[in-house]
Amino acid sequence: MADVTMRIWRGDSSGGDFESFTVAQNEGEVVLDVIHRIQATEAPDLACRWNCKAGKCGSCSAEINGKPRLMCMTRMDQLPEGPITVTPMKAFPIIRDLVTDVSFNFAMAERVPALLPPPMPEGGYRMFQEDVERGQEFRKCIECFMCQDVCHVIRDHEDNKQHYAGPRFFIRYAELEMHPLDQNDRRELIREEMGLGYCNITKCCTEVCPEHIHITDNAIIPLKERVVDANYDPVAWLGRKILRRTKRSSADAAVQPAP
Amino acid sequence: MTDFPYEHHDYDVLIIGAGGAGLRAAIEAKQRGLKVGIITKSLLGKAHTVMAEGGMAAAMGNVSDEDNWMVHFRDTMRGGKFLNNNRMAELHAKESPDRVWELEQWGALFDRTKDGKILQRDFGGHRYARLAHVGDRTGLELIRTLQQKVVSMHTDVFMECKVLKLVHDDAGRIAGCVAYWRPSGEFVTFSAKAVIIATGGVGKSWKFTSNSWEGTGDGHAMALWAGAKLIDMECIQFHPTGMVWPLSVRGLLVTEGVRGDGGVLRNSEGQRFMFNYVADMFRAETAETEEEGDKWYDDHAAGRRPPELLPRDEVARAINTEVKAGRGTPHGGVYLDIATRRSAEFIRRRLPSMYHQFMELAGVDITRESMEIGPTCHYIMGGVQVDADSAATIVPGLFAAGEAAGGLHGANRLGGNSLSDLVVFGRRAGMGAADYIEAGIGPSSFDLGEVETAVAEALAPFERTEGENPYDIQRDLQEMMQANVGIIRTGPDLEEAKVKLDEFIVRVKNIAVKGGRAYNPGWNLATDLPSMLTVSRSTATAALLRRESRGGHTREDFPKADPEFAKFNFALSSEGGSWDSPINATESPLLPMPNELKALLEEAN
Repeated sequence: MADVTMRIWRGDSSGGDFESFTVAQNEGEVVLDVIHRIQATEAPDLACRWNCKAGKCGSCSAEINGKPRLMCMTRMDQLPEGPITVTPMKAFPIIRDLVTDVSFNFAMAERVPALLPPPMPEGGYRMFQEDVERGQEFRKCIECFMCQDVCHVIRDHEDNKQHYAGPRFFIRYAELEMHPLDQNDRRELIREEMGLGYCNITKCCTEVCPEHIHITDNAIIPLKERVVDANYDPVAWLGRKILRRTKRSSADAAVQPAP
Repeated sequence: MTDFPYEHHDYDVLIIGAGGAGLRAAIEAKQRGLKVGIITKSLLGKAHTVMAEGGMAAAMGNVSDEDNWMVHFRDTMRGGKFLNNNRMAELHAKESPDRVWELEQWGALFDRTKDGKILQRDFGGHRYARLAHVGDRTGLELIRTLQQKVVSMHTDVFMECKVLKLVHDDAGRIAGCVAYWRPSGEFVTFSAKAVIIATGGVGKSWKFTSNSWEGTGDGHAMALWAGAKLIDMECIQFHPTGMVWPLSVRGLLVTEGVRGDGGVLRNSEGQRFMFNYVADMFRAETAETEEEGDKWYDDHAAGRRPPELLPRDEVARAINTEVKAGRGTPHGGVYLDIATRRSAEFIRRRLPSMYHQFMELAGVDITRESMEIGPTCHYIMGGVQVDADSAATIVPGLFAAGEAAGGLHGANRLGGNSLSDLVVFGRRAGMGAADYIEAGIGPSSFDLGEVETAVAEALAPFERTEGENPYDIQRDLQEMMQANVGIIRTGPDLEEAKVKLDEFIVRVKNIAVKGGRAYNPGWNLATDLPSMLTVSRSTATAALLRRESRGGHTREDFPKADPEFAKFNFALSSEGGSWDSPINATESPLLPMPNELKALLEEAN
């Protein structure tokens, strides 16, 4: 196969620039294979994160030709001809080359109030498949943080990170809110401190999700319905119209203003 | 007071590794009111546990009410070819149901039976449907649940921090460790009253492997250097079904769940060859015809289990033999076919990540075509020798759990017994460490000399201007281990491996690294290679001594199991405690089996 030219951003928090490498490629390879070849031959200090190389751990997120992708799941033969540009995720501070400081996400994780189930009966809880399936969709999340990377609320406004959890944590909150056993009430927290109202459902997060989780439709919109006062959030109102939900949960009812 | 030369932290319990075992250990120690720190080479939640697919074995009896811990114990011992630590197998079988239910209290969402209990699936070597699971992403569910629990307890986690060496006190007890931060390359020391090794496996020393870059055996090696013993290092599991094409994903795991859910193995002639490879030990419980095997999937009483669900060592050897006999696929594997046997809807629902993996990486639609698969280095049964109940090693203050510990699985691990191992013995290691600390035996000092030695060794590659690229050494090591210490071994190949491994030591001492210390993968690899060599030498040493075939150790020159070798484990120790020190082997007799456990095994036979 013909050699390929990779334009890779290199640098650290003080700045950097693109460096081009022209290397061999083989049939069936993914972007991460080519990055590894560059490390093994030309630039052993080229920094990138990776672990499983199977799309299961979410470590190797980067922007390939400007789009957030997992490097291990992006096949070279599916990219357009010509040089391929690889840059670090934009929404997070650079550590080095393709590696970013994603500690924002771990700080947000620490603020999530845990599941609060009732005491377990003898022989385990009973839950039904249709009741766990909604949560299971969100628990497919591999924490690649590409939804966070692409979300305009933080991608373009660093200071919003103080009061905005982002799509990854909205699906986490949605999962807990929909959990058949949970007895915790996180609605005020989600509304007041996690900034759910900032999301204007442009669905950028859903588009980049490598697990194809319906972040906007199945998590964020239902979550908005549950926690945000309809008077102050026209998006939630619109979401309800779009989804044409006929049944309201008691949680929804609790936050509806009196007519 | 010790004057620490680098950034320093102080804990009661320090856990090295943040996979299932490490996280479960942390929860236990934290619940005992101790100050707990976790160190991981990667980010939290990325450990190799996420790669586990099929499920977690626990005799809850939700699907087959005949199941109980005694059957699980028996299956584990038979799967391990009786080289197991029987007390570990007993504890594991008894305690794993509680560990599954506990995960559910912490937020795990397992697939359900019709009546709302946790669903269990069939797997190789397990007599009954026993694996609690979430589709084919059970490992992700396990690690995320434990991660979320650990985070909710506000535990300190040191991410992207690589431990170089354990540090002792002046009485030889464990006092902590020395590490460096990968992002900055700066050194850091940790003192602790107890250290738990939960670093996972060693598979990165082989060319075709399901393991990530992290599987370099750091914990195995560190424990050996610190004075602990390693057992069963010759017993490596080659998982029968890894991807073989494209080359870039060769070795990537294909879950055993494909076979548990009806997938079968065929050679290039279309034959279901596993019927030709049923060992005497399993004949009584294995189907004789395809018809009988097929009936079993729908009704376990209507037939015996198909031979595709024999333990992994049996299946991997059979595939190897078929390929060698010229009945392999174009890319040197065999076919795994579920497309002709189950509906597309069933396959996508039960095996979503396999569907996704083949579609995206190989362009193969597994609902329409067969998969090409072959054996891949997957798991090491061997590890740090521990006390079953407390996970304590012979070094005071040092504990080990999970893949890094040896004993539970004997010569071969059953699928599904790894995730349950992590939580059963992760918890026990946390308890063992807490008991040790509460007994008041703590380190009296912190040997800074050990710190300085480790730091000097780590920095040496920067001082050489002429020297070898660490990536070249890693590649050559992987090729050599694959060729000489792979799935089928011979005496001369192993002798040659030992000579070559000594040459690798010389090469590692001549590594030159380019660039700075901040997030430099070349340097990081240079600091992993000493562990990789230590575990490779351990495996080659024990494999040469075990002049028989048993489980995950197959000798072409000694093709049969020898009862004399079923009486002991080879226990390895380091003579000198440095990464290049000689490794000695002794015969460590198996734990005597209590009569009531013996009776369980005899009953089954």
